[in-house]
Amino acid sequence: MLVEISGLNISFPTPHGMHAAVRDVSMTLGTEKLGIVGESGSGKSLTARALLRLLPPAAVTRADTLRFDGIDVLSASEKQMGMIRGRRAGLILQDPKYSLNPIMTAGDQIAEAWRNRRKGSRRQAKEAAIDLLAQVQIRDPRRVADSYPHELSGGMGQRVMIAMMLAPDPELLIADEPTSALDASVQAEILKLMEDLVSRRNMGLMLISHDLPLVGHFCDRVAVMYAGRVVEELAAGELGQARHPYTRALLDCMPSLTHPRPRLPVMARDPAWLT
Amino acid sequence: MIGRLFDRAWLLSDSPQSRAQAAWGRRYRLWCDFRANKPALYGLATVIALLACAILAPLLATHDPVTQNLGQRLLPPSTQHWLGTDELGRDVYSRLLYGARVTLGMVLAVVVLVAPIGLAVGCVAGYYRGAADVILMRVTDVFLAFPRLILALAFVAAIQPGMTSAVIAIALTTWPPYARLARAETMTIRDADYIAAVRMTGASSGRIILRHIMPLCLGSLIVRVTLDMSAIIIFAASLGFLGMGAQPPSPEWGTMIATARRFLLDQWWVPLIPGIAILVASLAFNLLGDGLRDVLDPRQG
Amino acid sequence: MSHTRRDMIIVDDLRVRFGSHDAVRGVSFRVPEGSSFGIVGESGSGKSTVMRALAGLNDLWDGYLEIAGMPLGRGKPPDFFRRVQMVFQDPYGSLHPRQTVDRALSEPLLVQGIGDIDRRIRQVLADVALPAAARFRYPHQLSGGQRQRVAIARALISEPSVLLLDEPTSALDVSVQAEILNLLADLREERKLTYLMVSHNLAVVAHLCPWVGVMSNGEMVEILSAEDLRAGRTRNPQTTRLRELSAELG
Ligand SMILES: Nc1ncnc2c1ncn2[C@@H]1O[C@H](COP(=O)(O)OP(=O)(O)OP(=O)(O)O)[C@@H](O)[C@H]1O
Ligand SMILES: Nc1ncnc2c1ncn2[C@@H]1O[C@H](COP(=O)(O)OP(=O)(O)OP(=O)(O)O)[C@@H](O)[C@H]1O
Ligand SMILES: [Mg+2]
Ligand SMILES: [Mg+2]
Repeated sequence: MLVEISGLNISFPTPHGMHAAVRDVSMTLGTEKLGIVGESGSGKSLTARALLRLLPPAAVTRADTLRFDGIDVLSASEKQMGMIRGRRAGLILQDPKYSLNPIMTAGDQIAEAWRNRRKGSRRQAKEAAIDLLAQVQIRDPRRVADSYPHELSGGMGQRVMIAMMLAPDPELLIADEPTSALDASVQAEILKLMEDLVSRRNMGLMLISHDLPLVGHFCDRVAVMYAGRVVEELAAGELGQARHPYTRALLDCMPSLTHPRPRLPVMARDPAWLT
Repeated sequence: MIGRLFDRAWLLSDSPQSRAQAAWGRRYRLWCDFRANKPALYGLATVIALLACAILAPLLATHDPVTQNLGQRLLPPSTQHWLGTDELGRDVYSRLLYGARVTLGMVLAVVVLVAPIGLAVGCVAGYYRGAADVILMRVTDVFLAFPRLILALAFVAAIQPGMTSAVIAIALTTWPPYARLARAETMTIRDADYIAAVRMTGASSGRIILRHIMPLCLGSLIVRVTLDMSAIIIFAASLGFLGMGAQPPSPEWGTMIATARRFLLDQWWVPLIPGIAILVASLAFNLLGDGLRDVLDPRQG
Repeated sequence: MSHTRRDMIIVDDLRVRFGSHDAVRGVSFRVPEGSSFGIVGESGSGKSTVMRALAGLNDLWDGYLEIAGMPLGRGKPPDFFRRVQMVFQDPYGSLHPRQTVDRALSEPLLVQGIGDIDRRIRQVLADVALPAAARFRYPHQLSGGQRQRVAIARALISEPSVLLLDEPTSALDVSVQAEILNLLADLREERKLTYLMVSHNLAVVAHLCPWVGVMSNGEMVEILSAEDLRAGRTRNPQTTRLRELSAELG
């Protein structure tokens, strides 16, 4: 197993004791595509960050197991984590433009990520960066490579981040809402690219998204989170037969292009779901 | 209201009922964070103690700091003169206390002058870019290009030697690095969407710079300033030594070292004691600044 | 489009250049009062650039822009920002990292000199379904979706008549998205708000906007009604492709 998580708890100290943001989450991931969907604020991003030990300093993490390829993440040295982050495991953050260095061009940042793992000259790295930008469907990769983050559109920033994470050829890719700002056609291309990496290079993919149909379409398995817990885990094909009322309500809230409704149903959240 | 300030639960409420409660809660939390940082706390305590010494100098001093007594030159520490006497027979302990007034006063005056100027120039240049940036940064470069001491000397010589001109001269030569720092920070901030969002409220450029950009530049500036404190003390001393700063017989730590340096080998305590005072003061400001920076950045916690 | 109502947004032959790159080349459309216009299109096609020009955040454009009866030029009328507000695309970048939600929401009121700050903030937080406890938090203590709701609340609080929405729901999960879309629809009813909305999700755009413009490479290649989009009566191959991909997933 590439990733083993069991009994993961993440909490934040508040003046009134600890606020649990992630409670008792368990999941495993091999060389497959695992989708995580769930409500905003349900702890999806925190779970992903915990795996690379990138939580905010205030967070308190407890876990029975939290392993990446057999390495215990909680007790690993900073040096070991440095080897994992950005080389063996890539994390596409939810806030792409905010996570990019504002005073370095997009191309340089990708080239740096590329050189992290491979030996190569500066020029090679630059060419590789442009090639990666083309792979993520950027129209004029050369101009974008020379642009600073504030000169990029939202979707371009997202794709620069994706290119940066793909550059070192990771074994595990955690993608936190990687395509939320992308139109359907680019989205499809990027997912195809990831799919290819999973099957060809035996990569593991953890795809965090709130787009249920997309996850159902693309992933092998789906875990549904609600208020810090995994409330349901099922094969992607069975999303239609989801049992948890939250999952079912999620499917119901989507606007549909072909079946318009004057008003969208909203979810009545049942306090019983919290327990 | 006042009574509530001692009510922990009220201060730390997760859902404050009013803005005042939230503000006090935030201050209390800042204080809690700060208190948890031991070195910063020592720094704060030392700074307060030094300021108290300076203010209470007339009460704490055992002798008049300027009365000479040539019969008692260069005495070692004793019960009569706690820290010994200097080359003119003046009590070092008393001079140290009065010197704190002069030295700390000068340092604080310089900081109060320099930090806002550097911040303002840097933020304005970084925010407006274009012509304003070019002009302001060329001016900064001119100041940076001159050797500091020569510029200060020229300035003091042009007006009149003394404390005030020394303060202005030091300020004149120390602001450019702060302006550069603030400008660099502003450049990375100004294109952010959150600044665009503030512009969408209709806020004037002045308000944006003052209330939204400057607070973000403040953290690194505070650290830089506190790191520079010791350099400012030394610089004031060099001016004093050249007769351009605090005028004798007024006691100033740097001048005290400078005049006593001849005795370093035989009566070593005479220059050493003000040296220790400078060291302690710089260290304390440094620790305090470090702590402040950590506390002022809410993302830390 | 109807001619009985006044046009709240007029964009005529808008062009924007960044250096040697033409980001927007000759875009024109109109939005009548109380209506909504959606812009869809591939990433990097210039959607946000059109918005930012309309919002007065970028002065380097050519053409004619009019919003809420005010032609846009170099200077902006004083109540421009009271009548026009924008929700930015990236909820992480659009909130000041050192300011609490309360501060972010009171800033527009303070600048515009609107009173009754406390009540308005409470109200708008409830409107966007944020808990009262979020009011005195910093952005880094909120999740992506919670931040976007703060951004929407900030745009609503000065009660504008035109809202520019740049991907307002793409950071939200579908349940919150449904709440926000309903809220936007209600507000449009109550306050006669006019929306210009960018989204890459055709279903979302078609849900809220009766008219949709499709952008590609800096040009608006097609303007069609939501019904036509739904029924697949598209003329431009770009639109057809977008629609097919969305229908496949939706
Ligand atoms: N630094 C922090 N301090 C306090 N609370 C935090 C902090 N970071 C996150 N939280 C809280 O933890 C919870 C989970 O956050 P997380 O970012 O994992 O949500 P998410 O599932 O990724 O949501 P979204 O889809 O909106 O991004 C949220 O309620 C958030 O308010
Ligand atoms: N400040 C700028 N300087 C230079 N180029 C810019 C700047 N802002 C945007 N661009 C360029 O203009 C083009 C259009 O960008 P815009 O942000 O309008 O795209 P968009 O349609 O909103 O895309 P997305 O759906 O990805 O957000 C892009 O090619 C981008 O690189
Ligand atoms: Mg998240
Ligand atoms: Mg955009």
